[in-house]
Amino acid sequence: MTCTDFLAKLTDFFDGNVPPALMAEVEQHISECKHCEVVLDSTTKTINIYRDSEIYDFPPELQQRLESAIMTRCCGPRDTTK
Amino acid sequence: MPAIQSPEESIQPDNSQPVEIHPDVALVARAKEGDSSAFEQLVRQYDRQIFRVAQHITQNREDAEDITQDVFFKAYQKLEQFQGNSKFSTWLVRIAVNESLMRLRKRKTSKTVSMDEDVHTEEGSIPRDFAEWRPNPEQLYGQGELADILRKTIQGLPPGFRTVFTLRDVENLSTEETAEALGLSVPAVKSRLLRARLQLRERLSRYFKQSNPLQALEGKSR
Repeated sequence: MTCTDFLAKLTDFFDGNVPPALMAEVEQHISECKHCEVVLDSTTKTINIYRDSEIYDFPPELQQRLESAIMTRCCGPRDTTK
Repeated sequence: MPAIQSPEESIQPDNSQPVEIHPDVALVARAKEGDSSAFEQLVRQYDRQIFRVAQHITQNREDAEDITQDVFFKAYQKLEQFQGNSKFSTWLVRIAVNESLMRLRKRKTSKTVSMDEDVHTEEGSIPRDFAEWRPNPEQLYGQGELADILRKTIQGLPPGFRTVFTLRDVENLSTEETAEALGLSVPAVKSRLLRARLQLRERLSRYFKQSNPLQALEGKSR
């Protein structure tokens, strides 16, 4: 397996869609190629960091304001006298 | 394109097992009958996700607020058209992506913004930085500083790549769901996802790699 072959399989690798026979080739390549090992490790970390970080905050006040505006637009103003 | 069926909706091969229906199906059915509290519950469940998708794509907070409202208003108006062949959340995300890309187009009136605009971007297709990363790179920075780095980095991606990465890796949609939400083929999603991930990796590498002695020292002292 070449580095180009490895890169072509990277998305399937993350999806867990690499057949066992090919997986053995992928693992062998990673064990022999430091560059691809680094690419795999740092790409995994890239995904995990974004997945685990809330980079845009969504405070309760904003959520409440949006929900109120949405429900008013969709269903009309609420009767608050009840 | 085949309809996506969530595991909860799938029919079990063993007939003695009850068929589990996704809770959203009942909420949507009630909302269709005019039950506003059911629709409100759907809004509460998904407004954060829709806001996040819109902000990732538009990179603008005010736009994301407007889009979140527009998405749920459109969904409410078109509720009858939702047949339950896909998850309700995927249906909402699809509306959010369309609204967000439309907003970007309006902002750049002289330039078309579409999912196809950056397909030919070659940058990031081939890794260049092979320096090892710190074992726990997120611990090198404070929470606010890390969020700044991640925002700045994803902002630099072309919109089409940013969108695919957001749906697949931030929102955790499957590759098939991402394809469905974007109206793309699965191979097109895989190709863009690879480029998006590699470009982000390359850009983040300057912050997280071990070769910077100053950062390595700072990391050790934490």
